[in-house]
Parts: sequence; C-alpha cells; structure tokens
Amino acid sequence: MLAEKIRGGMRIAALDRTAQALGLTIGLALADARARIPDLQVFDADPYADMDWLERLADGCIRYTPSVALDPPEGLVLDIAGCAHLFGGETEMVRMIEARLEAAGMQVRAACADAPDAAHALARFQTLPGADEAAAVRRLPVAALRLDAESETALKRAGLKSVGDVASRPMAVIAARFGAEAVTAIRRLLGEAESPLAPRRIAPALMNERRFAEPVARTEYALQMLEELAGETALQLEEIKRGGRRFEALFFRTDGMVLRLRVETSLPTRDPSAIMRLFHERLESLSDPVDPGFGFDLIRMTIPQTEPLAPSQLALEGGAVSETQMAELVDRLSTRIGRGRIVRLHPQDTHIPEQAQLALPAVDGAAPATWPCPEPGGAPLRPLHLFDPPQPITVGDMATADGPPQSFRWRRALHDVTRSEGPERIAAEWWRRKGGYEPGKGGLTRDYYRVEDTRGRRYWIFRHGMTGDPHWFLHGVFA
Amino acid sequence: MRESITALSALKRRIARIGAIPSALGESGIALGHAPMDAALGGGLARGKVHELFALAASDAGSAAGFALMLALKARGGGAVLWLRTEAAERGQGALYAPGLVALGLDPGALVIGVMPDDVALLKAAVDAVRCGDLGAAVIECRGNPRALDLTASRRLAIAAEKSGVTALFLRTEAVPAPSAAETRWAVRPAVSVALEAEAPGQTAIEVELLRRRAGPSGMRWRLEWDRDGQAFREETLSGAVVPVLRDGPAADRGTESLRQTA
Repeated sequence: MLAEKIRGGMRIAALDRTAQALGLTIGLALADARARIPDLQVFDADPYADMDWLERLADGCIRYTPSVALDPPEGLVLDIAGCAHLFGGETEMVRMIEARLEAAGMQVRAACADAPDAAHALARFQTLPGADEAAAVRRLPVAALRLDAESETALKRAGLKSVGDVASRPMAVIAARFGAEAVTAIRRLLGEAESPLAPRRIAPALMNERRFAEPVARTEYALQMLEELAGETALQLEEIKRGGRRFEALFFRTDGMVLRLRVETSLPTRDPSAIMRLFHERLESLSDPVDPGFGFDLIRMTIPQTEPLAPSQLALEGGAVSETQMAELVDRLSTRIGRGRIVRLHPQDTHIPEQAQLALPAVDGAAPATWPCPEPGGAPLRPLHLFDPPQPITVGDMATADGPPQSFRWRRALHDVTRSEGPERIAAEWWRRKGGYEPGKGGLTRDYYRVEDTRGRRYWIFRHGMTGDPHWFLHGVFA
Repeated sequence: MRESITALSALKRRIARIGAIPSALGESGIALGHAPMDAALGGGLARGKVHELFALAASDAGSAAGFALMLALKARGGGAVLWLRTEAAERGQGALYAPGLVALGLDPGALVIGVMPDDVALLKAAVDAVRCGDLGAAVIECRGNPRALDLTASRRLAIAAEKSGVTALFLRTEAVPAPSAAETRWAVRPAVSVALEAEAPGQTAIEVELLRRRAGPSGMRWRLEWDRDGQAFREETLSGAVVPVLRDGPAADRGTESLRQTA
C-alpha cells in the first residue's frame, strides 16, 4: 500500500487488493493501519511518477485507437468506436488490453460502455455483471456519480442508494436539492448528455503501420521496416500531391511502452531517403540507444499534418534544387543537435539593441524581412558581436563629466580610448513599463559611444543612466 | 589483351576527370578587389578550399570574425552563408548581431547560424555543411586548439570543400597555428582606423598577414579597409605599424580618396 502526507499526518493513499481484503480503507491514518496490521508494507506515494506511468500507458494504448484520453489519477479512456472490429470485437479487444497490461504487472479493471462516464463508473463500481449496459449502470451505487461527499451522503440519507433510484426521480427535484451538477452527472452516466473526450493526441493526417506476429528484437530490422513505411507514405503523399514537414515514428514494445522519434523538415517533403536520413540522425543523437526490450510488435509512421507539394522534376528546375539542398542541410543539423541551435535572425521593431534581433529556428522557414539600411559611405554604427547581457566595465578618467571615458578596463585588460563618437542616446521603453510615464520610473537611459583604443580595437560601450554615479557597460565588439 | 587496353584507357579517362576538377575550380579565384593581395594570391582567393584565419590574441577575435565575414561576402556569390560556432565562442565572443552584419554588407536573411554544443559536433557539422554544394560560403569558428581538430579532421574538411566547391573559412580564435590541409593561413589583427570628423572611429580597418599559402609565396602584410558599398577591400595606408596622422575636414577626406584611387 502507498501512504502520503495529508493535513499533517500520514494517511493511506492507495491500496492493493490484499490490503483492501484486510479491511483497510483509503484515508485511514497510517498509525491506525499499522496498529491493526503490524507487518504492513508501506511505500511513499509519488503522484508524479504515477502520472508519468499513466501517460506512458496512454501512449502505449494508441496502438488500439488514435483517441486515448487520460482519466487521472488511475484511469485511461479509449474511444474504440470503429476500432473494435480490427481486434475481433469488443470483448476480444478488452481481453487483449487486459492481458497486455497485466503482463506489465498491473491490476486492471476494464469496462465498455456507450458513454465515457458510464465506462468510467462501470470499471470502478460494478460488483455484479448486469443484464445489459443500461441495467448495469442503473444498479451502480450513487458514488459513481462523482459528486462531492456532502451531496453523496445526502442522497444516501434520502434513501437513494443506486444510480437507478436517482434517475427515476424527477430531474427538477434533484436539481433543486443537489444542484445542476448532479443532473448533468446522471445524464452523462446514462448517455443522455454529451461528455466530451479530450484525446491526448490528435489523430494524424496520415498513418501507416506494420504489425508483427512475432516481436522484432533487432533495431536494424525495425529501421528497415520504418523505411518501407516511409516508402508507402511517400506513395500516398504523391497521390494526393502533398508533403509532410513533421514525421513521427512510433515503436510499440511488447511491454506496452512506446518509443517516439520525431523529425521535421523546413520544406514539405515526401522523399523516403531524406526522411530516413533524418531518422538516422535522430537515432545517432539519442543519449541512450534504442532499447527494443523484448521486441517491437508494431511500428507506425505518422504525419501530423500535410502541406501542398506539387510534383516536380528537380533535375530541370535549377532553383528548386538549390533550395532543397540547403534546406536538407538545415534539417539534418537541426535534427542532430536540436532545432533551437540552427537559427536565422529576424528583425524586431524596437530601439533596444539587444532586442532588435530574434533568433528563430531555421527549420521553421525564413520569412522575408527587411533590415534598416545603413547610410552609404558611413562607418559601421552597430557592432558585429553583441553581448547579452552587456558586460560591466570599470572606467578611468573622464575628459568631461558627460563624455566618454579616456580609458576603461574590460576582462582585466586596460584599453586607452583614442577615438570616440557619441553619445547615441537610447531611452528605455517607458511605455512598456507599469507607471513608466511618471518621472523617474521610465527606466534608465543609455548613452552609447563607439570607441577605438590605441591598437585599433573598436568597442561599443554605454553609460547606464545620466545622473548620480552611472555604471558603464561594454555591449559589443566591432570588426 | 584488347580488353585490358580498353579498361586501362577508361581508367585513365577517369583519373583525368578526377584530376581535372580541383584545377578547374582553382582557376576561378575570388578577386578581393585589392590588387597587391590578388596578385599575391595568384588571381584571388581560391574557391572550394579551406582558408584559416587566425586571431592570435583573444582581443583580435572581433577583427578576425570581420575578415571572415568579408571573405564570405566575396565568396558567397548569391548563396547562403552558414556560420558555425560553439557555445563557448558565443559566450566569450558575444552573439552575432544582425544590425552589425548589415553594417558590413551582409543581409542577415542569407545567414544561418549554428551554435554547437562542443568542438566535435562543430567539426562534424562543418564537414556536412561544406559538402552541401549550394552553400555560398561556410564560416567555421573554432576556439583554441581542440584535440579533435587534427590533421585528419582538417584534411576531411579540405576534401569536402574541394568536392563541393564551397569555400570554407576556418576562423580560429585564440589558437596557435598547427599543420593543416588549408590552402591559405592568415593572421588578422585590428588596425587603427582613419578617423572621421571629430575624431570618430572610421571605416573598419584590419591588418592581415598571409602566414602561409600552398604553392606560393607568403609572409606579406596588408592593411585593409572594408568598403561596404562596393563590397571590396581597399588599401588604406602604406605602413602598418604607424598610427595615421590625425586628419579632419573635407579636404583631408578628398586626399584619402585620391590615395585610394592610386592604390
């Protein structure tokens, strides 16, 4: 059993069947439980690990249906409409799912119903099998309504023990006494009201899969299968004249775990060899290699979204070739070392120097942008390299109180300023600050100077603030 | 016997073809627009080769990066420029700044920056990048002398560049020159600029020294000024070590112009 700390005392959070049989209940103080059963096995409850496990199981269940929803803390809801016949009917499918989860060492209760709420309740509260689904639902205790404890007790006190009892009363009465939630709960349970399901993943636009009678334990063979899938996908995409920018490979292990590999491209593509190259890159970049465990029994390739891609003869269109080669390089590097590391710079509409550019992943494609053009013939006014945040410097003597320093020290080296230009005054964006329009609250103004030292090194330094004892920073290095 | 002759001639043709590619590419040097330098390089910077640009001191790195960018601008020929660097370089050197790139004449839209976690990844990515034939130029920025960068790695890069025809500019900051397969090796230092009006720092000025060139003389030094609008180097003053006489006023500017024209 698991215990967790609730309101200052250790209480039971979860029990297994043996513990339940001994008469322990959830919420009981740990000390009481220990007094009753001295040789109790207690573990700390870890809700995060539980949730993580549940999510992994949910991912594993998309082998049965694309729409799997979490029902925390311990349930999964599978929408099997239109999928059951693939597995030999509902009963057979439930049996398969149960067998797979029990093989992973879990105790499972499964139920099928027309409404998700009904299935939820049947899985948890059903004690005896009913004649049909409706009868079974009506026989459930009122706890299945998932109302708060107060309403539940009130229902029981009123003599309404089962869902059927409550449902036979006029709904107006129930609503007046227990609130609209009670009515909604009843109607959802009986399948009269819609209960929306929030699937964990949206069904992909295109999907191909291979099932194996015997699990595949060799990664090379699994990759070969993936390549075949990529070929099939390419043919399908070609027929609909579309391409994909994101590709996902799912390797379902026999123990219910799923390995997920994702690659993306900057241009829509359907070339299987290009896709496979990216998958190989991704595999190489994984910190721990693919572990087939006891083998994969299902491999699937999905494309979440497709984009139009006209059939083209690359050899004849010179421009297209050039574009794709560069795009392929970007894709490959992004796949290998991470999409955020291969970037393009985009302009931003601000005067604050370090915010004037934004580095966005190059895989996302390049939007045409115009950068402010410098005056012809002038010296560069902006540095080639910029430090963000700016680096503090200590300044020496000043020729004038509000001019540039005659020398400054940066990274322990002294620079004697021989030439300088400035100040270029850049005010803080007071309109973005709360209360920035009030005097003194708009932020500090920066006075920028371009300076050159005796050896010809050019730097961009600024004074932060105008009055008092301002700090100096080095913001950039010119070429 | 007859069969072996045909096989032999086919083989000879193949070898001739292999031999022809680098020489054909080598002929079309990239003219840098600076007559003495172009002459010393035999017509310009060799295309499809690796060129090493050294910043021997840490504080020269800015100028070396500037020289790399200028050469990339000359070499790209309308293609994209890929700038690969490591995280360490990004921290120590500062991030590449788009308005500064514009100020030197590169449209940031044509630039892709790759920030690599370590030197091994950098070199691996560099070879992949240089293999990509339609890249205009690749700048590979490497800090110090990492162990991964040995003669083999350097040769691999050179072969990749030769095959694809991409000019690779290997920017080495805070590094000591070591044997490599590079076509040329340069040392770059900042130079005192010609002051604009009111003692303002002037056009980007650098001093470059050709440390080594395969099949050619080396050891020359030039002081260069970058002309952004013409995208070309100009010879700025004749002697390197002397700080130019302070000049101001429009008359002095005209004087410099005439000097540039004669150079």
